[in-house]
Amino acid sequence: MSIRLHDIGKHFGRTQALEPISLDIAEGELVGLLGPSGSGKTTLLRIIAGLESADPAAGARILFGERDVTQLHVRDRRIGFVFQHYALFRHMTVFDNVAFGLTVMPRKSRPSSGEIRSRVHRLLEMVKLEHMAQRYPSQLSGGQQQRVSLARALALRPDVLLLDEPFGALDAKVRQELRRWLRHLHDELNFTSLFVTHDQEEALELSDRVVVMSNGRIEQIDTPDELYRRPVNRFVFEFLGDVNHLEGSVRNGVLTCGDARLAVDLADGSEELLLRPHEVELAEAPTNEAHLPVTVTAISPVGAEVRVELEADWLGEPWLAAISHASYERLGLSRGARLYALPHRWHRFPTECSERKARASEAVS
Amino acid sequence: MQRIGDGPAVRRLLIAAAVVLAALFLLLPLVAIFAQAFARGFDVFWVNVTNQYTVAAIQLTLLIAVLTIPVCLVFGVALAWLVTRFRFPGRRILQTLIDIPFAVSPVVAGLVYLLLYGRTGWLGAWLDGHDIQLMFAWPGILLVTIFVTCPFVARELIPLMQAQGSREEEAAVTLGAPGWTIFRRITLPNIRWALLYGVILTNARAVGEFGAVSVVSGAIRGQTNTLPLHLEQLYQDYNTVGAFASASLLALIALLTLVAKASLEWRAARREVHS
Repeated sequence: MSIRLHDIGKHFGRTQALEPISLDIAEGELVGLLGPSGSGKTTLLRIIAGLESADPAAGARILFGERDVTQLHVRDRRIGFVFQHYALFRHMTVFDNVAFGLTVMPRKSRPSSGEIRSRVHRLLEMVKLEHMAQRYPSQLSGGQQQRVSLARALALRPDVLLLDEPFGALDAKVRQELRRWLRHLHDELNFTSLFVTHDQEEALELSDRVVVMSNGRIEQIDTPDELYRRPVNRFVFEFLGDVNHLEGSVRNGVLTCGDARLAVDLADGSEELLLRPHEVELAEAPTNEAHLPVTVTAISPVGAEVRVELEADWLGEPWLAAISHASYERLGLSRGARLYALPHRWHRFPTECSERKARASEAVS
Repeated sequence: MQRIGDGPAVRRLLIAAAVVLAALFLLLPLVAIFAQAFARGFDVFWVNVTNQYTVAAIQLTLLIAVLTIPVCLVFGVALAWLVTRFRFPGRRILQTLIDIPFAVSPVVAGLVYLLLYGRTGWLGAWLDGHDIQLMFAWPGILLVTIFVTCPFVARELIPLMQAQGSREEEAAVTLGAPGWTIFRRITLPNIRWALLYGVILTNARAVGEFGAVSVVSGAIRGQTNTLPLHLEQLYQDYNTVGAFASASLLALIALLTLVAKASLEWRAARREVHS
């Protein structure tokens, strides 16, 4: 079932948690709400669930398919909600937790106790926790608790599954496993899911589309691939990964910053360029285009690539370069080595850059 | 491995100090009560306990306790639910107001009620006109007892409900549970021990309250005398055995309360071990 939001805003007292937002999520989509804490992503999710009410506005609408749920109470919205800290009923067994939604249905629509039992067992089978049915939540690990919480949310076969930082409290390995498992479950059962996360990797890996939020605003909605390749603004670019900054002034197609020089195809004026770590190569000698002397201060060879921290007089903050193990070995890198950085790609977000400059000049005057 | 201060001598000293203090301040007075009550034999004790005024005092005291507990229970749960589950202007003030009965002397509370509901009081004149007598009658005693005991349940529940948060209730509501079902199946099981403890404290205070009750009761023998008031009267009349017979009844109620609490806790602990 699709989810459509129109003009959904929220104030807490006088602070605006959410600027009026419109958002369409197609049926069967898995969408991630990504943003730093305080960006309004959890508030938005809770408003969709009905746990929080949106500011009353003439145009404010929440639609599940063709069903207008704007004025509907949580319990009538037919959503599944998974909480960050699981929120399992601590005094009930795993079985009773999963069965809860079925047992509180109005008597005339409630399935028989035998049917409830078989449905709960099927759900527990699905989350691979059948053997834990008679345990209490406190006797389970975090990952197991979150799986129970998912089974509980799915027991009523909701059209829409909402997950609030579902893997936030788990350790890295379990998180990875649960992510894959959720993706699998989503594809198999084909419900519409919306999940909140502050982990860009999680959002990019799991989602069909990602909604990037900051300060109660939607910054960009795109597929993970598009988002990473073509961020619409500086915030999105910076939020999606590590960023190296290069600030300097451009004259005659050369950006200068201290004793660093880089040939750029830009008009004269001051510029700030942004580079991803994997867009920075290292070499023993400068080239005609780039003369960026750096010193290696730290090396981390763990993983698919070697991450090298670089410092230089002309740099405000250290740079991070991600190079291949092959070049690492070829260069024979060690701490303290003096090298040259060779950017093979860079990004700039000129509108904001000039905006900031305008603000800076205002401050001066 | 030994922690600092964990020597056998220190341990024995601390245990001995605890035992001696407990014996001196808790056990000895309790023994003294029963010793005094039975000082002139069981027959004299029995005559005093079955004395018509004593029986009337017991009945009134139990009546007040039985009426106070449900009122405080409902009030305490509602209040704790309100201040821990909702955000509204004045919430903090309300939380402070709950403590007023703890903060003011019970005698002052009694006097204020007398001032308000007495024959010449602000509301009393109207009540008098409608032939309703609150002061110097059992309804007045009930009113001040409720006033004095109403914070116990709420005070037990609020910190617990704050710590537990409302996540489980939110989970229940997303699963379609109606409000009353949520309360019965989620909230209540999570707070039952604190609730029970609050009730036990409420009961203990309702039975034993002296100050506030003494102001509004008028202490009419056989009519508006609660057990503590009756006890004091007997003592003033130099009827030591009678006074201690009543005291032993109060102590007995206290002991029964403790036994009830301990056995419930023991049962709960056993249930947890089994699961």
